[in-house]
Amino acid sequence: MNAVAAMPPKSFEVKPKLDESGTPIGELLEISMGPHHPSTHGVFRMDVVLDGETVVKLKPVFGYLHRNHEKIGENISYLANMPYTDRLDYFCSMTNNWAYALTVEKLAGLAVPERAEYIRVIMAELTRLQNHTCLIGFFLQDMGALGTPMMYAFREREKILDLFESVSGARMMCNYMRFGGVRVDVNDEWIAQAKKVVSDYSKFLDEFGTFLTENEIVLARTQFIGVMSKELAVNASITGPMLRAAGVNYDLRKVDKYGIYGRFNFQVPVGEHGDIYDRYMVRVLEMRESIKILEQALRDIPAGPVMDPKSRLRGFRPKPGEVYGRVEGPKGELGFYLISDGSPNPYRYRVRPPSFVNLTILEDMCLGHRISDAVVILGSVDIVLGEVDR
Amino acid sequence: MEALEQIKARLGAALPLTKLDILPNECPAGERSLLVEPGRAFDVAKFLRDDALLKLDYCSNVTGVDWPEAKIKTKVKKKVVVEGVEKEVEETIETLRSGHLEVVYHLYSMELKHGPVVLRMRTENRADKTHLPSLTPVWRGAEFQEREIFDLYGVVFDGHPDLRRILMWDEFVGHPMRRDYIAPDDFEYEPTPHDEVLVEAKKHYPVEVKAEVKPEVKA
Repeated sequence: MNAVAAMPPKSFEVKPKLDESGTPIGELLEISMGPHHPSTHGVFRMDVVLDGETVVKLKPVFGYLHRNHEKIGENISYLANMPYTDRLDYFCSMTNNWAYALTVEKLAGLAVPERAEYIRVIMAELTRLQNHTCLIGFFLQDMGALGTPMMYAFREREKILDLFESVSGARMMCNYMRFGGVRVDVNDEWIAQAKKVVSDYSKFLDEFGTFLTENEIVLARTQFIGVMSKELAVNASITGPMLRAAGVNYDLRKVDKYGIYGRFNFQVPVGEHGDIYDRYMVRVLEMRESIKILEQALRDIPAGPVMDPKSRLRGFRPKPGEVYGRVEGPKGELGFYLISDGSPNPYRYRVRPPSFVNLTILEDMCLGHRISDAVVILGSVDIVLGEVDR
Repeated sequence: MEALEQIKARLGAALPLTKLDILPNECPAGERSLLVEPGRAFDVAKFLRDDALLKLDYCSNVTGVDWPEAKIKTKVKKKVVVEGVEKEVEETIETLRSGHLEVVYHLYSMELKHGPVVLRMRTENRADKTHLPSLTPVWRGAEFQEREIFDLYGVVFDGHPDLRRILMWDEFVGHPMRRDYIAPDDFEYEPTPHDEVLVEAKKHYPVEVKAEVKPEVKA
């Protein structure tokens, strides 16, 4: 069955460093960072070759968490796959759910009621808030600010997770969206609570910003490090805050206007230099925009059903065809590709994970920087291994 | 964005292509795709990226699809004259689909903000002729995704800068995403096998089964 033999792995050449006349002066050091390194955000490994402290070669190695998510998806029904999408990027189960539901709706031509669209936007923006908050916490941890910023970030995140828990029953594995709507409606009490969390959030961001945005150490560790050019970012399919930090104005909420994003008044923050600091600032500004969207959505949410009465959850068999659906997840473009052959299971189920593709140019960004900067650069990419390895 | 027919016509005028088909898609969203011959795919990709009207600079998604050899039944309505009366009869025709692997590229334009254009390539078969040109030199974003297809489907991308397994380990044999892949029953040594695991474990390594300890019953 297996006609194509596995290619032998490329070996690293560790050659002595030569001076101009060709005589060796010291040697390069190859180290394997990870998979159980505290700075690698999970089971991720970097094969790094160092010249002194400078990175001269870096290959990301992953797959430790691989469970063939796509194969699982092809062997179960469309609906049964919904909880599995929670486990992709376990920080953002709501946007994962939305991306998958949106793709299936596109495949089967289902409509979503007005109220459900609003709820989806609220959930997605809350997810973005907590993802970016956590990321900044982790990222400062990578820079050596051990503990404190992360604990403040987690304190705020927990308030949002409480909202998720009260509506879906789970903090992280929400399994909340369905094809043609959402699973349960939110009540007025919940909306009042959400309004409070959102209005308090900008105060927290102000506080966080005072400590960090002009912090001398943060500036020294992030400015002009890990610079990514605009051209390379586009060519390497970088998406999300990473791309916008490089100066490309491309946000699917504006480009595709999926759901009801066309109705909200918000801006897309764009960076200038494409360095780590810009990536940090783009995320902070994006959170402010998310708060704007949330305020509008929580104000305008109409009454009505949350599920399309025509949508069938059991015995769901879409007609043959294929579709690619995508949303702007907190980490970038999250896409699902489905081929239906008319059976209850998808014939092909593919996830386009944003952080997997964003890792493509990790080496390009790290070359020439010190190993301690490589850690911070990796932190600024914002990876979640559940999604990278699938 | 211009229609797919128009893109096809312009591609045909710009490049000497022998085969370029538009594949239908019955889904309501109706994203049809362009099937290109592997030999010319690299030039087609370059054209799509650099053309001033298209500027498909962003290769969003690259994925593989496995189509094993299969009998496909299609129902065709036929008019048959039975005893002088014309009748419509449904007839099933069986056609043999040859097995192949398919690679799908979803292309968008970040500059002009349009898309998608779906590009497809097919290998000759699933066994030995599984070579396709790599489009990583055109879109760097395809690098890891093509490696993933090589890993899970076994499509060999010629011209890829670093074609290695990416999700499975290097010594792994087989391509798990193929439809006919059967997982081995023992990936790992099981220190305390039980039930079905015990049956499987006995096939692979000697198993020490401890005698069952019966609780003492006091009289």
